Amino acid sequence: MSPLSTLTPLTVKKPSPARSRLRGGARYAPTLATVGLFIAMFAVGAGMYPSFLSGQVFLNLFIDNTFLIVLAVGMTFVILTGGIDLSVGAVVALSMMVSATLLQQGWNAGAVIVLVLLIGGGLGLLMGLIIQYFDIQPFIVTLAGMFLARGLCYVISLDSIPVTEGFFTGMAQAQIPLPGDLFVSPGVLLALGIVAAAFFVLHHTRFGRTVYAIGGNEHSAMLMGLPVKATKVLVYALSGLCSAIAGILFSFYSLSGYSLAAQGMELDAIAAVVIGGTLLTGGTGYVLGSVVGVLVLGIVQTFIAYDGTLSSWWTKIVIGGLLLVFILLQRLFARKAG
Amino acid sequence: MNEIVPVVEMTDIAIGFPGVKALDGVDFRLFQGEVHALMGENGAGKSTLIKALTGVYTIDSGTVTVLGEPKRFSTPGESQAAGISTVYQEVNLCPNLTVEENVLLGREPRRRGSIDWKGVRSRTREVLAELQLDHIDPGSLLSTHSIAVQQLIAIARSVEINAKVLILDEPTSSLDADEVSQLFRVIRDLRDRGVAILFVSHFLEQVYEISDRMTVLRNGKLVGEYLTRDLSRMSLISKMIGKDLEALAELDQAPARTRASNGAGLTPFVEARGLGRKGSVSNVDLSIYPGEVVGLAGLLGAGRTEIARLFFGADKADEGTIKVKGTGQKIRSPRAAIDKRIGFCSEDRKEEGLIGDLTLRDNLVLAMQASKGWARRIPRRVQDELVAEYIEALDIRPANPDALIRNLSGGNQQKVLLARWLVTHPELLILDEPTRGIDIGAKTQIQKLVNKLAADGMSILFISSELEEVLRVSDRVAVIKDRAMVAEINNDGVSVEDVMTVIAGGAQ
Amino acid sequence: MKSLSKHRLAWPVIALAALLLLNQVFRPDFMSLRMQDGHLYGSLIDIMRNGAPTILIALGMTLVIATRGIDLSVGAVVAIAGAASCAYIAASPEPGSPVTAATAVLIAVVAGLALGVWNGFLVSTIGVQPIIATLVLMTAGRGVAQLITGGQIVSVSNDSYKSIGAGYLFTLPISILITAAVFALAAVLTRRTALGTLIEAVGINPVASRLAGLRARNIIWIVYVFSAVCAAIAGLMISSNVTAADANNAGLYIEMDAILAVVIGGTSLAGGRYTLVGTVVGAFIIQTLTTTVYTLGIPPEVTLVFKALVVITVCLLQAPKARNLFTRLKAAPKPAAQEAVKEKVAI
Repeated sequence: MSPLSTLTPLTVKKPSPARSRLRGGARYAPTLATVGLFIAMFAVGAGMYPSFLSGQVFLNLFIDNTFLIVLAVGMTFVILTGGIDLSVGAVVALSMMVSATLLQQGWNAGAVIVLVLLIGGGLGLLMGLIIQYFDIQPFIVTLAGMFLARGLCYVISLDSIPVTEGFFTGMAQAQIPLPGDLFVSPGVLLALGIVAAAFFVLHHTRFGRTVYAIGGNEHSAMLMGLPVKATKVLVYALSGLCSAIAGILFSFYSLSGYSLAAQGMELDAIAAVVIGGTLLTGGTGYVLGSVVGVLVLGIVQTFIAYDGTLSSWWTKIVIGGLLLVFILLQRLFARKAG
Repeated sequence: MNEIVPVVEMTDIAIGFPGVKALDGVDFRLFQGEVHALMGENGAGKSTLIKALTGVYTIDSGTVTVLGEPKRFSTPGESQAAGISTVYQEVNLCPNLTVEENVLLGREPRRRGSIDWKGVRSRTREVLAELQLDHIDPGSLLSTHSIAVQQLIAIARSVEINAKVLILDEPTSSLDADEVSQLFRVIRDLRDRGVAILFVSHFLEQVYEISDRMTVLRNGKLVGEYLTRDLSRMSLISKMIGKDLEALAELDQAPARTRASNGAGLTPFVEARGLGRKGSVSNVDLSIYPGEVVGLAGLLGAGRTEIARLFFGADKADEGTIKVKGTGQKIRSPRAAIDKRIGFCSEDRKEEGLIGDLTLRDNLVLAMQASKGWARRIPRRVQDELVAEYIEALDIRPANPDALIRNLSGGNQQKVLLARWLVTHPELLILDEPTRGIDIGAKTQIQKLVNKLAADGMSILFISSELEEVLRVSDRVAVIKDRAMVAEINNDGVSVEDVMTVIAGGAQ
Repeated sequence: MKSLSKHRLAWPVIALAALLLLNQVFRPDFMSLRMQDGHLYGSLIDIMRNGAPTILIALGMTLVIATRGIDLSVGAVVAIAGAASCAYIAASPEPGSPVTAATAVLIAVVAGLALGVWNGFLVSTIGVQPIIATLVLMTAGRGVAQLITGGQIVSVSNDSYKSIGAGYLFTLPISILITAAVFALAAVLTRRTALGTLIEAVGINPVASRLAGLRARNIIWIVYVFSAVCAAIAGLMISSNVTAADANNAGLYIEMDAILAVVIGGTSLAGGRYTLVGTVVGAFIIQTLTTTVYTLGIPPEVTLVFKALVVITVCLLQAPKARNLFTRLKAAPKPAAQEAVKEKVAI
């Protein structure tokens, strides 16, 4: 037997329960940070402008951004699977153009809405099918979808088309009174309904859990026998549908159709989702976070509107800055957890 | 036995890929309540057979029957629906979801379309308890658990599915002894309950410990089916590798290494004192002298790779010092290590070694080019000379510098990676599992090369899961256990049992 | 390897040839070039000149994509570069002098350099995913450009500056010459040094590259800086061509065109092997498309629809899965044909 020079053995380090809990908490941290930021911004606003601190200012954030909330919901599904949908802004514009044109020709509002939803959902479905069955990156396919939808807008008309149809104008003017002299638009209820439905689907259905599973590890999800292909296709169809709904909501809001409308809105939707705490790599994030993300973007705009001296481009710079801060925060959490 | 219907029967299976016949006329049977080992070298067709059975690949010809019913699987879902469940080496679960979700994903109990989360929790508890794994918290995130636990959770998932067939593909590769015995307990449990288990492993001892029957494949063809107790280790190996018994004999006569080592007065090439890293390994005291081969012995997961990575600066040490030729304090990055003439062949060739889409030539000169920087390209002529020299010296096949590295066999890829470091003339070469998953011929060549390099004065840190191999090539063996170095043994006639005793007993 | 590169470029080249041919059929003088006042004119020259900014940006984008990255901020960099140079010229005491123009160019290039360093910093040092890291500048950048121009379109009148985008040298438009020079520079930089191989190594397997001692950080930094500088030069071209800086619309969606050019050219968005020549071909395809729309007499509004269809077609042709499908469809009736051949041989 050979001589054994012994060394002090050290105890095995296993992750302590406290550390696992920290990791669990880190899941919600980015979203909580967004909520904190929103409250802080609201407080600062209230401090600077007394009229800021009103329920209606808060509700207006919803009223002015119904379409963005709905877009962000669809985008959250897509990003959770690790994909991206660049077509949403263009599909919003297309939906507005189609409804404005058809309404002008005397179509029934209900029929128009159904048709628009079919077009949006169908376009999303088509993109999903191409992404899934031909294995082309979502980035490229939805980019082509964006060109297609925007191009179709130009084909329909280069001019702005006003909407004068009764149902649409009615929806534009309708106010649902709330206690305390407050009100919201019907669009807000619809948007919140969609958010609630999305929350239910993501957290209480197999489809929703499959969305998260795909974002976590697509290959595993496939080997576990989950319907990966169908889910991925459906996610883009859902996003298309959300874009169409957002288009209709935007029509209610603006009462017109214009082929250049909603330019860059896909970026706002992505920014809202990221600021809301969803990782672009997929698998982590919450639809409620995305809603808060939209509210944060909204409050930035409200701020600049209140100030009056700041030019509109500060919105872009601030949103860029916020994106940066949240990205850095996410990196920080990722490092702590890893 | 004729009257018993196999759970799975595959007859005359053929699968081809462009240019390769991966499986050719293979028969395979799997019975209820047995552990059946699928044996063969890398490239023999084991994974292909498994993938055919799990619906990842579609078969070109042949028949598959499950419980006497002919089946044709084209997706993993179809195979699972037929009661076949697979646990892969690289645990195919979702790290971002909880344990309970991973156990029940896609099969969650529902009430009016909505997932019944309470039901999910209680069902998971039930399944975990059945496997005596009650200590796992169903609500914890999967990513907070070790690979071993994740594997057990994957098995829990197949128990939940009520799988008739459980396929375990290299389940023990990254498990330590305790974890392996826990896994085996679960496997035996399931076998006794009538589950048919297909087991694939490179560890012969484990195969003999757990399996009742084995099927041996070679080059995509069936060699035969045997009862484990009827087949000696020697004849199994010869069936696996075919007629090439010479290489085997060469391997068996473990040459007693007598090279003088750590002579007094010499400066070690590298000297680590109290080296460690939070959450990784701690307290490593190890010196390696020029011309010496030091082996790291220890179970997988004991911390061998972690130590190698600290020596190479792949991970930053946060305690202790490491001196090269008597100077310096720390190695902060692979670049710093390379500048100090250290090279490192990772155990994970595919992820940490190869640049798959580049050529043999590009891969071979990569480390040398990297240390020169991007601005000073190694002239093509020099590259060609180097590549030709090492293709010849290491017998790399195909001898085509322009071949894409990903198309080479495992053994040849390993040789290219070795050559990548040899061209940089390192003074210390760290080899982490250099012979894992490559055929016996290449294995012997690499072991011989290690001896020759040391004889030429190079220091070598040699890591292998096979203790015999470590003892065969090393002058000195450092024993690693539970993420710390527990002993250092001069290799003068040390036996595997001696090392095992140290590992089993810890510090004495 | 040569057959491989041929293979990779086959579809893009065929697509470009088909588009050019289509134009030739509908407009027989399409390919002809003519000399006028010592300047070369013709549709091909127009395509090259109009496509110059996209090609420039696509070249930088190719290298970024090869490292597994993406640069969404190039459009914003175009706007900032144009805004900075035009704002400088407009505010300078001698808005017409060549020295002012030269300084403006320098300012734009330095701005590009700085923005590239910023992107590279986020990606390589902080370790932010490229798509998000550059999204920051994409979002904020146009705001910054508007800040510089004060929200106005800044017009300049400086002949030297105008010549960058609209001038001629040795009978050729200067913008084409600049683009050719940048292409040559990129080719030399990547193939005469080891940069190309190392970029591919980082793109194919970053972990293995690090363990082989590669300083990925520097390489990633280089490609983002190169990309931003290309974008800044493109910004100069665009603003010089219209002698004005439009912070809102200059280079709008040019990042999309550039990424498309790279992908159509045969470089995978997943990183790794890349082809600069393919990218140039891809950019020509996109530019020729626009021209084709005019040639065919299609209303210009339809251009985008047309572009979408071509993009999807080219991508489908390159997608391995789609190719397999096509070959299978073709192969389906094959056995019969083969048998027929066998019979013939037997006879």
